[in-house]
Order: sequence, then C-alpha cells, then structure tokens
Amino acid sequence: MAKIIEMPKLGFDMAEGTLMNWVKAEGDKVEKGETLAEIETDKATVQVESSESGVVFKHLAAPNATLPVGAPIAVISAPGETVDLDALLGGSTTAEEKEKTEEKAPASPVSEPPVGQTVEPETPAAPGPESGASVKASPLAKALARDRGVNLAAIAGSGPGGRVVKRDVEAALETAKSPAAVSSSAFAPGQDRALPLSKLRAAIGRRMQESKRSIPAFYLTRSIDVRDLVKMRRQMNESREKDAKISLNDFLVRAAALALRQYPNLNASLDGNNILQHGDINIGVAVALEQGLLTVVLRNADRKSVEQIAAESGRLVRAAREGKLRNEDIAGSTFTISNLGMYDIEEFIAIVNPPETAILAVGSALEVPVAVNGSLQVGWRMKATLSADHRVTDGAEAAQFLQALALFLEQPWRLLVA
Amino acid sequence: MAVITMREAISQALWEEMERDPKVFILGEEVGVWGGTYAVTKGFLDHFGPERVRDTPISEAAIVGAGVGAALAGMRPVAELMTINFAFVAMDHIVNQAAKLHYMFNGQMKVPLVIRAPGGGGRQLAATHSQTPDAIFAHFPGLKVVAPGTPADAKGLLKAAIRSDDPVLFIENATIYQQRGEVPDGDYTVPIGKSKVQRAGKHVTLVTYSKMVQPSLQAAELLAKENIEVEVVDLRSLRPLDMHPVIESFKKTNRAVIVEEGWESFGVGAEVAARIYQDAFDYVDAPIRRVAQKEVPLPYNRRLEQLALPQMDDIVRAVREVMK
Repeated sequence: MAKIIEMPKLGFDMAEGTLMNWVKAEGDKVEKGETLAEIETDKATVQVESSESGVVFKHLAAPNATLPVGAPIAVISAPGETVDLDALLGGSTTAEEKEKTEEKAPASPVSEPPVGQTVEPETPAAPGPESGASVKASPLAKALARDRGVNLAAIAGSGPGGRVVKRDVEAALETAKSPAAVSSSAFAPGQDRALPLSKLRAAIGRRMQESKRSIPAFYLTRSIDVRDLVKMRRQMNESREKDAKISLNDFLVRAAALALRQYPNLNASLDGNNILQHGDINIGVAVALEQGLLTVVLRNADRKSVEQIAAESGRLVRAAREGKLRNEDIAGSTFTISNLGMYDIEEFIAIVNPPETAILAVGSALEVPVAVNGSLQVGWRMKATLSADHRVTDGAEAAQFLQALALFLEQPWRLLVA
Repeated sequence: MAVITMREAISQALWEEMERDPKVFILGEEVGVWGGTYAVTKGFLDHFGPERVRDTPISEAAIVGAGVGAALAGMRPVAELMTINFAFVAMDHIVNQAAKLHYMFNGQMKVPLVIRAPGGGGRQLAATHSQTPDAIFAHFPGLKVVAPGTPADAKGLLKAAIRSDDPVLFIENATIYQQRGEVPDGDYTVPIGKSKVQRAGKHVTLVTYSKMVQPSLQAAELLAKENIEVEVVDLRSLRPLDMHPVIESFKKTNRAVIVEEGWESFGVGAEVAARIYQDAFDYVDAPIRRVAQKEVPLPYNRRLEQLALPQMDDIVRAVREVMK
C-alpha cells in the first residue's frame, strides 16, 4: 500500500520547510527510520526519516522547494506496486490541481503517464531531467554529500558529462567554509563586504527580536560556590577517556533539571490565558556553530544520571558540528542553559528562548578571593544569571529556584542521590 | 640480494625443492635430454637422473593424468606443459580430476600436483599458441592458480606451490623469462593468495598481474611526471584472489584501472571490478576501466599482434581517462 510522506512539523513554530536534497532517489529501497531527505527549517538542517519501508516511488518536491508543513513530498510504495498517484494524492492536492486532473482525465486516459505507473523494483528509476534525483554524481560524491550535508543539485560537476565527483564536493565544502575563514586582513582599506544572512542567522534574529519585544524579562545573578563540584568532577574524570570526560555543564544540566522539578513554573510556557507547566523537563543547551547558534535538547534530564547526560550531550554536540542533527535532537526544549565559561566570560545575560519561560546564563568557574568569617581565603566561584518571563513568574520564585540550583551545585552529592 | 632472470628464478625454485624433498619430480615433454623448451630444466637430468626428470610422450592428457596419479600416491610431481595452450587437451584431468578429487573423496586424498605452463602472446606464434587463458582456470574451485610478475615472486610462489597439498596451476609468461629482478637470498616462499602493492600511489589504483606488472610500473613512472600517482597492486594469485590490498587502495584513490593480457570479456578485470563495485561502492568516484587484449584471435603479423595486445601506452591512456 503506497504511503504519502509529508513535510514534517519539526518544532512548535515551524510553518514551512525547505527541501535541501533527497538522500534516497526515486526507485531506491528505503527502510522505516532511514534518512529520506534533508530539510532546512528555521532552526537547522535536519534529516527526515522515512515513516514507511518500501521503495521511493516518486519525489513530489524538488531540491530547494519551500513547502508548508503537511504538504506531500514523496510517495513510498511496496516493491513492484502499481500506484495510482492521482487517487493517492486526491486528498492532498489543492482544489486547483484537482480540477485540472479532472479535466484531463476523461480526455486522455491512456496517454497520462503518472496514472497507474508501475514501479519495477529491479530497474532503478531512470534519471529524468526534471527529477530531483537526476543529479549525475559518482557514488563517492553522493556519499560525501550525504555525510557532509551538501546539496548535490547545487554543484556543477567537472567529471565526464558533467558528473559531480569527489573534487567538486570538496570544492563546494571549501567555498562554503571560506566566508568565515576570510580574515579581516583580506579587506582592502575602505571596502565593505555584504554577506547574505543564512537561514539560521535570520531565524535567530527573528526569534530573539520577538523575545525582546514580547517578553518582559527580569534578571537575577548569583554566585555559586563550586569548590566541591570542581573537585568531584576532577576525581570522576581521572579514570575517563578523553572523549568520555564529564563537563561542568553536564552537572549544570542535571542540577537545573532537578531544581526545575521543585519549581515547575520555570519549566513552563505561556499559552494564551494559561501557564502551561510541562510534564517533561527537557534542557536545551546552546551550541555555537560557525553558521550560528543551535540548542540541542537533553530530554528528561531530571531522570538521567550525570554520566548519561554527558554521553548524550557529547553525541549531540558532535552531530551539531557535523550537520547530522535530527529533529528530535533540537525540538521540544522547556528550559535553556547557555554557558560561555569556556570563553572566560565571568557573567552575562541571555535572552529568553520563546516559548520557554527562563534561560540560565553561566560563566566560568574561577578561583577567587573570598571572605570567610572575617578572613580572606581562596575559593571557587561560578556566576549564573537567570532571565525569566515576568508574565509567568516573579523575582522571589526565580530566586528560590536559583537557591535550589545552587544547593545542588554546592553540595554535589545531591546530584547523585536525587 | 642477487639479480637474476625469471627463468633462473623458476629453475632455482625447482632445483632447491628437488634437493629438499626426494618426493618432488618433474615430468613433461623435452624436460630431460633437451633441458626444457624454455631451458628451465637444463642440467636437471644429469644431476637428478631419469627417475626424477622424466621425458614423456607428446600427450598432455598423459602428463597431467600421470601427475594426478603420482600425487595421489604420495609424490609431489611438477608437470610441465610446453604451453598453456595445450592445457585444453588435458582439461578433464585438470578440472575434473586434479581440482575435484580432494573434495569428492571427502578429503581422504590429496593432490599435491603443480602444473607449470607458460602462456602469453607477442612472439609471433599465431592464434592457437599465443593465448592468455588464465581466467578460465581461475574459474574452478579446487584449483589454485598463481601467475607471478617478478623473479622474486616466481621463485617464492613456485616453492609454495610445490609445498602445497592442493593442485596448483603455475602460469608463466614466455615473454618475460629474460626479465631480471632482485631475489632474496636463501630459502623463502611467497604465500599463495596474497596480493602485493608493487608501487605506492594515491590517485589511482592499477590492478594487474604477471607480464603486465612491468608495463604497469612503467606507466606509473610516466604518469608520475603528470602528477598522477599510481598505486600498482600485483594480484600474483588469481585463485584464491586476495582483494584486500585492492579494496584498501581503492578506498584511498577512488579510481581504478585493471590491466591483464587476456581478453576483456569475462576476464580477471571483470571479476576485480565487480568485487570493487560490491565492496567499495560508496568510494567509487569514476567508472572502473579495463585494459586487455583486443577481442580477436591473436594475429600472426607482428604489427597486428602488437596492436591487439595491451601495451604500456594503453595503460597510460586508460589512467588519464579515469582521472578525468
């Protein structure tokens, strides 16, 4: 039974998506859960998994097409299945298109190729000129493009007959890199350079502007004694491989999640006249990329150990850097942490990431002079600033949340037993 | 390391193995009194005597058949066919007896027989005496097929073949008996079923064996001046076929040319290319090309013969083509 694959909704506020490229060509076999295409949303380029197993019968969208959520993008059929595209798409074609097909159908029932087309499983679909899968590329170039998130259709092939080969994909990757790589010294005196906003850059701008415009945020900063946490982390990491080390941020994610369990109002969204307190505590962690900023999501962080959080965040950050994020990796956060500690920032204020209520901005853990009982000592301190939506919460509640957070971090054994 | 010819390398291997193991003996046409059609066994009769260096009637079926019988009885015969073109009249003994007995009698008996057979074109011996039918023999499970391209490999592989408990077809190429190369001192063997990288490179993988190893290395030398670094993999054995170095090389270069002296259709190149496509599909950056003999019976006329045989220039052209 043939099934329509639709433009997925990859986030609360996604209205449309741009099909970047097809990973599976027409005629390709596809397993449920395999990557079918890559789609760019406001937030990132994500891989769309097939919800069906079978054969890609037809692509209904070409690369670079922007389509509303729910629009049909492909048809998956059983191998060898005969698919009546019109009948299948009847429900989802626009009224105008439907009218057209109805006009045509009685006039020339035989000469219409898409009606009753048969998929021959052993013959891969012949690349047609208008088909999205028609890019002539070597298997290596295809594999490279797939891995590195390059749109093959946008590359001019230098191989025989215009075939895209490895060097073309590498050149495209080089070019994509170069705007960021160009140093300021490349400017001639008095010369400006215009760089078009990337989709991600534009989306960040839009969301942050919306946040600043609509959210009456207030800001609370406190410093947290992290001497014991720093010590515990060092001990935990002594026996760990380099890639498996636990970061301070992993402890923070767990601490924030546990504190949110006590203060559900900060794990909420404003929904019309309701405050919607979320049942799941999903912590978004901001990741800086060359192209901009993303938040990867650690789901149910209150129910995970610090080690689980460390492993998962390691995987997510790697996937983000490699452009291999899937939708569930970036969607559905209920609270965000932004940590600039590794850049030696002492403290800063983050902008609330709508529709969330609060965001925590964290600076470096530093060895500083502290006064204890009238004498000066050396201690470890880290500053955290909470930005919170005053429509949902107030200063006292937010301060109590920070107190709870500080308790987890100052007595870190609590992170292990909670 | 001594520098010796291919002929000397093969001769030394035979001599040393006969000295080492009294069960090893030679049989074939003109191997004794005449010293071998290509003088490989010159002096053997005087040294080892007529029991161990046996001139036979002109019947390849008898030579291989007697070899199979002697091998079953516990000897280690080395049967020489004057040319591989005469193997066709001994086909039943090679593929239905030698290659099958161990299997059909459930391992109760072994056939430690070596069949030496020179082949190849380029000596104006005309269509029936100039063939390179190596791929035909590599088709049969149960028969090992080796075809060295350097004196060192020839000596080591022949010794390994004589010591092998399985029947081995040892294919020589008559046009390279005079080719010289360094050979390790002392007793050594080269394992059957191991390919070897003869020259390292990173841009294109050239897979070849036997006579075509030298022109492939020359082509690589020439192409290096165009900044094309060719990796030359010498298969050395056709069965068992060791694809590991080929696949490893291909994953690095993403391009391949396969060079053989025999005909292209259903040949060694077809087999190697199919395995690359199967095992390294996602690494393919250009269609794999084959360089082989033109699909005609080999002409007698010297110029036509050379035109029909694959030459160094053909290899260079094919490499440039896959590098496009």
